[in-house]
Amino acid sequence: MNRRAIIIGFGLLGLLALALVSAAMLGAERLPIFDLNDQQRSILFDIRLPRILLGACVGASLAVAGAGLQSLLRNPLAEPYLLGVSNGAALGTMLAFVLFESYEFARPVLAFGGAAVATLAVYRMAKSRSGMNVERLVLSGVIVTTFLSSVIVMLTTLLDAAKLRSFTFWLLGDLSQATQNGVYIALGASVIATIILSSQARGLNLMMVGERDAFDFGVEVGRVRMLVFAASSLAVGAAVAASGSVGYVGLIVPHLVRLTVGSDNRLVVPFSAIVGAIFVVFADTIARTAIAPRELPVGAVTALIGAPLFIYLLRKS
Amino acid sequence: MLTIKEISVSYGNRAVLRDVSFELGDGQIIVLLGANGAGKTTLIKALNGTLPISAGEINLNEQPLTSISRREIAKNIAVVAQENETRFPVTVLEFVLSGRFVHGGAFGWETDGDIRFAENALKDCDLAGYASRLMNELSGGERQRVVLARALATGAKILLLDEPTANLDLAHQAMMFRLVRERSRSCGASAVVITHDLNLAAEFADEILLLKDGRIAAKGAPSEVLTAENIDDVFGVKVLLDSNPASGNVRVTNVF
Repeated sequence: MNRRAIIIGFGLLGLLALALVSAAMLGAERLPIFDLNDQQRSILFDIRLPRILLGACVGASLAVAGAGLQSLLRNPLAEPYLLGVSNGAALGTMLAFVLFESYEFARPVLAFGGAAVATLAVYRMAKSRSGMNVERLVLSGVIVTTFLSSVIVMLTTLLDAAKLRSFTFWLLGDLSQATQNGVYIALGASVIATIILSSQARGLNLMMVGERDAFDFGVEVGRVRMLVFAASSLAVGAAVAASGSVGYVGLIVPHLVRLTVGSDNRLVVPFSAIVGAIFVVFADTIARTAIAPRELPVGAVTALIGAPLFIYLLRKS
Repeated sequence: MLTIKEISVSYGNRAVLRDVSFELGDGQIIVLLGANGAGKTTLIKALNGTLPISAGEINLNEQPLTSISRREIAKNIAVVAQENETRFPVTVLEFVLSGRFVHGGAFGWETDGDIRFAENALKDCDLAGYASRLMNELSGGERQRVVLARALATGAKILLLDEPTANLDLAHQAMMFRLVRERSRSCGASAVVITHDLNLAAEFADEILLLKDGRIAAKGAPSEVLTAENIDDVFGVKVLLDSNPASGNVRVTNVF
């Protein structure tokens, strides 16, 4: 690992700490750093901190899933949404919402299941006798995504008005429902996914050039593919269950990281985790404060920042 | 050492290779010649286990290839394939270092030894000073040399080269073959090389395999295989044969 990468890594960690602290202080009620009174303590520890930490975990999860899937599919534009992973997770969460509303753990479990089923469906559809072809995979992802979208829309007709509003807000990307357990689940998923993807980073570096290449140079291509799919499903499932569809994070963050440190996945994966966390914490702070005391869905903010930034990056590279 | 015994390879019902047998000894350079679609690339893919064989047997150092792990095969056999393109910004050094994959563990970073291997390979391929350039900004020929450098950086004793000279200029074509020859002399490395240049084959091959419709049409030393009848049979062209005044090896001239 070169010195520049180490400096950037520590710099990013510092930036993340700064983002977390400033997000904790900013909001409808501005908090001081020291000497909080009881009410301020309660706002910080019961409401704001779970939400900020959840945002950081969601950002990290979506960004590492994007980085992994992009390298696997040899396409810098691939991301969880394109492959139907997010919509699978959204459908799973929705089923949990409709069928098992009182069980908090049902949401992430069904979301992970939905993400995994969607990924496997896409994988099966894309795999032909002559092997895996990237164009076919992306096309299958688009088909699965649109199919799942229509199922989700049909299911919303079953919801009553209050649930529908809450669900719609969640679908647009919403961190306001953060709970302590939700944070633990999202933290666990993001850490596990980052470790799995980092452990496969060297293999992914070869697969980025071509599956045949990777195979020739000793990568167990099938195993890496399954591990990346599983880790991305886990990350996206946990993120979507907690916060709905927070778009553009999986696309823009790895792109930004690659522009700074190059394409080596041993750096891209962990750095994407940190930058993804910073990005979502930053976007959520805007969502909480821009029109306070009312709130914007964080997904709308990430898309508002992400879309123009992505066009700029695309033109620049 | 690779021993190939009566192997066949099929795509669906279509047999692409039939009853191919030969042996690649230590330090030996075998050149594969044949018309387009004769099965040359298929044979190279079969030799490192990328394509499954439908009959016959391939042994690597007297062990059946099918019983050896991917990592172990890659430690022994390095490949230069025909197409290598990436849409990600990868530097030349990163690309060449990726050839050291089998020598590191999970989460692993390259050691100084790995970097030395990569730098030597770059120097050998006339690419000193290219380390920090981006792959997708290189010309076709430069990229081809980087791909060769990656194969050399693996330290594998067997090289499988699929048209490694396709995009190279005259000087680098000869460089490529000289490099392979030097490796074979200095450390007993062996190679199977596909080319369409009969004269390069005549100069550098220890043995030539002439493939036609998935079968071996002729096999042996260049002077035995490169005959007017064989070339007419396999390529359907008339040629004149004499000897290269510089090296004394057989020289092939097309009659247009």
